[in-house]
Amino acid sequence: MLSRPNFLPAAFAAAVIALAATSQSAFAQKKYDTGATDTEIKIGNIMPYSGPASAYGVIGKTEEAYFNKINAEGGINGRKINFISYDDGYSPPKAVEQARKLVESDEVLVVFNPLGTPSNSAIQKYLNAKKVPQLFVATGATKWNDPKDFPWTMGWQPSYQSEARIYAKYLMKEKPDGKIAVLYQNDDFGKDYLKGLKDGLGGKASMIIAEESYETTEPTIDNHIVKLKASGADIFISITTPKFAAQAIKKLAEIEWKPLHIVSNVSASVGSVIKPAGFENAQGILSAAYAKDGADPQWDTDPGMKKFLAFLEKYEPDGNKLDGSVVYGYGVAQTLVKVLQMCGDNLTRENVMKQAASLKDFAPDTLLPGVKIDTAPADFAPIKQLQMMRFKGEKWDLFGDIISGDLSN
Amino acid sequence: MSAVQETVTDAPAVEAVPKRAMTLGTGTSLVMLALLIAAPLFVKNFIIFQMTMLLIYGLAVLALNILTGGSGQFSLGQSAFYAVGAYTSAILMEHVGMNYALTLPIAGLVCFVFGFLFGQPALRLSGVYLALATFALATAMPQLLKLGYFEHWTGGVQGLVVTKPDAPFGLPISQDMWLYYFTLVITIAIYIFSVNLLKSRSGRAFMAIRDNEIAASAMGINVALYKTLAFGVSAGITGVAGGLGAIAVQFVAPDGYTITLAISLFLGMVVGGVGWLPGSIVGSAFIIFVPNIAEGISKGLSGAVFGVILFLVIYLVPHGARQVALVAQHLVGKLKQR
Repeated sequence: MLSRPNFLPAAFAAAVIALAATSQSAFAQKKYDTGATDTEIKIGNIMPYSGPASAYGVIGKTEEAYFNKINAEGGINGRKINFISYDDGYSPPKAVEQARKLVESDEVLVVFNPLGTPSNSAIQKYLNAKKVPQLFVATGATKWNDPKDFPWTMGWQPSYQSEARIYAKYLMKEKPDGKIAVLYQNDDFGKDYLKGLKDGLGGKASMIIAEESYETTEPTIDNHIVKLKASGADIFISITTPKFAAQAIKKLAEIEWKPLHIVSNVSASVGSVIKPAGFENAQGILSAAYAKDGADPQWDTDPGMKKFLAFLEKYEPDGNKLDGSVVYGYGVAQTLVKVLQMCGDNLTRENVMKQAASLKDFAPDTLLPGVKIDTAPADFAPIKQLQMMRFKGEKWDLFGDIISGDLSN
Repeated sequence: MSAVQETVTDAPAVEAVPKRAMTLGTGTSLVMLALLIAAPLFVKNFIIFQMTMLLIYGLAVLALNILTGGSGQFSLGQSAFYAVGAYTSAILMEHVGMNYALTLPIAGLVCFVFGFLFGQPALRLSGVYLALATFALATAMPQLLKLGYFEHWTGGVQGLVVTKPDAPFGLPISQDMWLYYFTLVITIAIYIFSVNLLKSRSGRAFMAIRDNEIAASAMGINVALYKTLAFGVSAGITGVAGGLGAIAVQFVAPDGYTITLAISLFLGMVVGGVGWLPGSIVGSAFIIFVPNIAEGISKGLSGAVFGVILFLVIYLVPHGARQVALVAQHLVGKLKQR
């Protein structure tokens, strides 16, 4: 209850704020925070250009190329993007150093798309304390959608948990009596995913009859597969990164185990997983996607993908369209540009977060038809939808509706 | 041929450094100290943070220097001790609610015991074999930290977020500046301790073992004890550095303490000059700033540029910063004579 003595100061404060608001709108149309001027917007970024995850460095390069394209076309409302991207080598302490450099030395407006769950965990508290947007982080962990505790942090891609829930929904409908064997990577990705799967199955979590985890340092996962086969399961869920997903597909064929095989979206790439594992071994595998696959000829005539390919040709000639990271970088950079355009001349950090949290039905060129980006002040998970797909011939066939893996339903 | 013979005939792995050459003169030390105290007053918080990290890695390199430069044992497992120190501090602060300053001696003690125990089996190994054994420790550590049993304490793969301490007594300085001076005091204390340790009876024992193990044992030095002791002391100091690192970075996660860190520390020691304690800070500066410089030159080839710089340093000044310092000293001496 609001007691009397508190009421007066509150009213006074409200009046002051109202006055400040009106006076500002009367005097200046343009509002800036550190990192934005009439001619420039400074965007910071942290990527593992070196170290164990350096394959993802392509994302940073694609983003830079995309911003070059935007600048060449006149920038955003007349302002050029100055993209400052640093290497953290996938090391959390280095990520902290680089984030501080971006904020305190380069004075960027936002830290955009820093990659990796450990690195982002390390800088989250700092950026939130400094009230600098940690926008569209490049990790699928579920924890980034927490606007109440971390109002300056927002994810982008569908979370691992929401993807796993989609499989759970599918299995409960199509194979309610199935016995599930799960192989997962022993890290945040694997565990987050497994949790989503179990939550999604809910009361039917007992469908999972075998679980095996592997370390990324293991040269081969053959023994885990053999063990899982022995469990007698007829559904195999492979929560693996590309190298291991390909191994699993091959091994399954080798030991003639033919369960219903689901591969996580992380490893659904035709170029880096299915092809090396052999098309003949991959027939009938299920997965889910939210973005178009550059290796898939069905998109060659798609207007969005045509724009993407034209961009690659002109601004990033060494970019490989088969690499999922290139497709990813393009989509997320396009989302940032959209948010900055929505900000207009009010380029404060607060407004950037506000606009990022009011995206409605935005569809970047590289997302599947029907997958839309939607956010709200209480919903910091931009992409929540995926579509199931089945591998047939030499490509994925999408089937069924676009499904939402929203945690609330 | 027996192993004993080999040990005797082989040149010592680490070049003998006379103990007086291990430190700086009083004048130079005071100038350095004044610089370290005054510098933060003129720079941004971000630079202060980098300087704090410089001191912290400097401590870790110093610890390795005592082990390798002092007692002649190799270690590629310093990242494991660093991780144990960091996790000890982080867990005590976040789960037990202990004051950050109190967690450091505990982190040091835990690591001392850990290092001492690890030194026992390591006794049977020398040279590259010891390096390999410690290497195994460094590779195992991140996975041990991920283990389900400890997850309640370590936070598993997600790591632990650590609260950064404010300046005490309402001092009107920023958190970064306070942490810097706090780290500086600890660094100086440990530096003085290390210098005195190497000058003491134990230090002489370390060096005798480094130069010739058999001769040392003939002189009545308990080789096993002093070798494990060197491991313990080195691990203890690394643990304190790890604890400070956790507080400065405000986050611990298994991925922060991989073999890359151990190799960086080793590299820092070589660049700074093996066995030359003040070189530790130079080595630390090398591993913090040179990757940034390399990245500034070429983003795609940062690793290659770093490699080229490292190659040039090793090729031109194989004894690291110590060599540069000696040349400088020589030049200054010449100028004075004129």
